[in-house]
Amino acid sequence: MIVEFLLNGEPATARIVSPVSLLDVLRDQLELPGSKNACEQGECGSCSVVLDGEIVCSCLVMAADVGDSEVVTVEGIGGDGLTPVQRAMHHSGAVQCGFCTPGIVVVAADLFARNPNPTTLEIKEALAGNICRCTGYGAIIRSFEKLARETS
Amino acid sequence: MHFHHPTTLADATQAVAEGATPLAGGTDLMVEVNFRHRRPEHVVGLRKVEELGAWEGNRIGAGVTWRRLEHGGPQALAEAARTVGSPQIRNAGTIGGNVVTASPAGDGLPFLVAVDAKVEVMSAEGGRLVPWDVFFVGVKKTTLAADELVTAIHLPESLPERQAFGKVGVRSAMVIATVGCVVTRTDDGKTTVGLGSVGPTPLRASRAEEMISSVTRPTESDLAEFQKMVSDEARPITDHRSTEEYRRHAVGVLARRLLERCLR
Ligand SMILES: Cc1cc2nc3c(=O)[nH]c(=O)nc-3n(C[C@H](O)[C@H](O)[C@H](O)COP(=O)(O)OP(=O)(O)OC[C@H]3O[C@@H](n4cnc5c(N)ncnc54)[C@H](O)[C@@H]3O)c2cc1C
Repeated sequence: MIVEFLLNGEPATARIVSPVSLLDVLRDQLELPGSKNACEQGECGSCSVVLDGEIVCSCLVMAADVGDSEVVTVEGIGGDGLTPVQRAMHHSGAVQCGFCTPGIVVVAADLFARNPNPTTLEIKEALAGNICRCTGYGAIIRSFEKLARETS
Repeated sequence: MHFHHPTTLADATQAVAEGATPLAGGTDLMVEVNFRHRRPEHVVGLRKVEELGAWEGNRIGAGVTWRRLEHGGPQALAEAARTVGSPQIRNAGTIGGNVVTASPAGDGLPFLVAVDAKVEVMSAEGGRLVPWDVFFVGVKKTTLAADELVTAIHLPESLPERQAFGKVGVRSAMVIATVGCVVTRTDDGKTTVGLGSVGPTPLRASRAEEMISSVTRPTESDLAEFQKMVSDEARPITDHRSTEEYRRHAVGVLARRLLERCLR
């Protein structure tokens, strides 16, 4: 079957022959490897995307289910240059191996879009579904605390 | 691969009548697909069926997500919703999916059994309302027929004034319950206790309920007795998450603390 949907603001089509995940289709068919494949069970958040306005794990979305839906991946978050969330992470050294970074960028962009001035607790709650195997949470959270102060 | 995208309940029940596997948030089903335990080639996506997302008063549509329950559900159900997985999981996962998966650890279940909820199911032929203790029959086993969908959860007209949910796990976020519990109490003392992860299905601690319901102002020794009775009524097992002994102990302590919260 052919699935048509809106991907990062542009019409996209995918050919689906089995119950694969959206994550697999993004990476293997649509050449968008920004969403990472780590746990395949929704635990780590490195494949986070925005589906019809809500953050979800793309590994738990059946690709066939996104027909007529709107998907935004990490590739669709930035424009020219770094976004405020990316700049904050860059400046605070909030990136170590980088594998969790795309998921964190997607989640933080959603957080700041809804709430430009989140508290530390709100930042931690928003990131509760994103695991950093380097355990670099301190720098990640500080980078967003700083951004929250700048935008307040 | 054959995928249905119904927007109406009639089309959705028609698809399951033709043998399609229902897919809601995918947070249980896709884990099984990714780990190659299941490979459904004929699927009906329920995300866009408006009737399933409807939530009016005490009738909660099967497609209502944890995220929505967290912000508007009855107190103990909202508290349970807040502990489910992570924001990503709560945005996708639904109460209907939780009920159909029927894991003993399903965080929605202790509340549903504590308030005597009914499960509304429907096939292309028609619908029925199933009491929870008829619906849940074993570990991940329900009496839902293959051609039926869960369409909603019916809560009673009036809910107990006081309710509390608690869960014990190895950490406080993104954790499957080692034991879970909901205690409710009305202003005139009627108390109910729903237990999760301590039996093949969610359970009620009926003897403990009866004892404490007759006590207007529980004393320290009533509370201790209540705790012991809850532990005795639990039917836990030892598995990869915990031991029978720990669960039996923890569920009594948890129920007592939740009761104390209701009494405050
Ligand atoms: C990382 C992670 C963390 C989790 N944490 C928790 C937790 O803390 N607590 C908890 O309780 N659960 C947890 N879960 C499990 C899961 O998120 C919940 O059980 C959720 O409610 C399932 O809902 P869903 O809509 O995603 O179901 P789906 O995966 O879409 O479906 C589950 C099952 O129900 C069937 N189904 C779905 N809707 C219907 C319907 N309306 N009628 C008939 N059949 C239907 C499907 O065919 C499938 O068999 C977690 C899962 C993950 C991946």
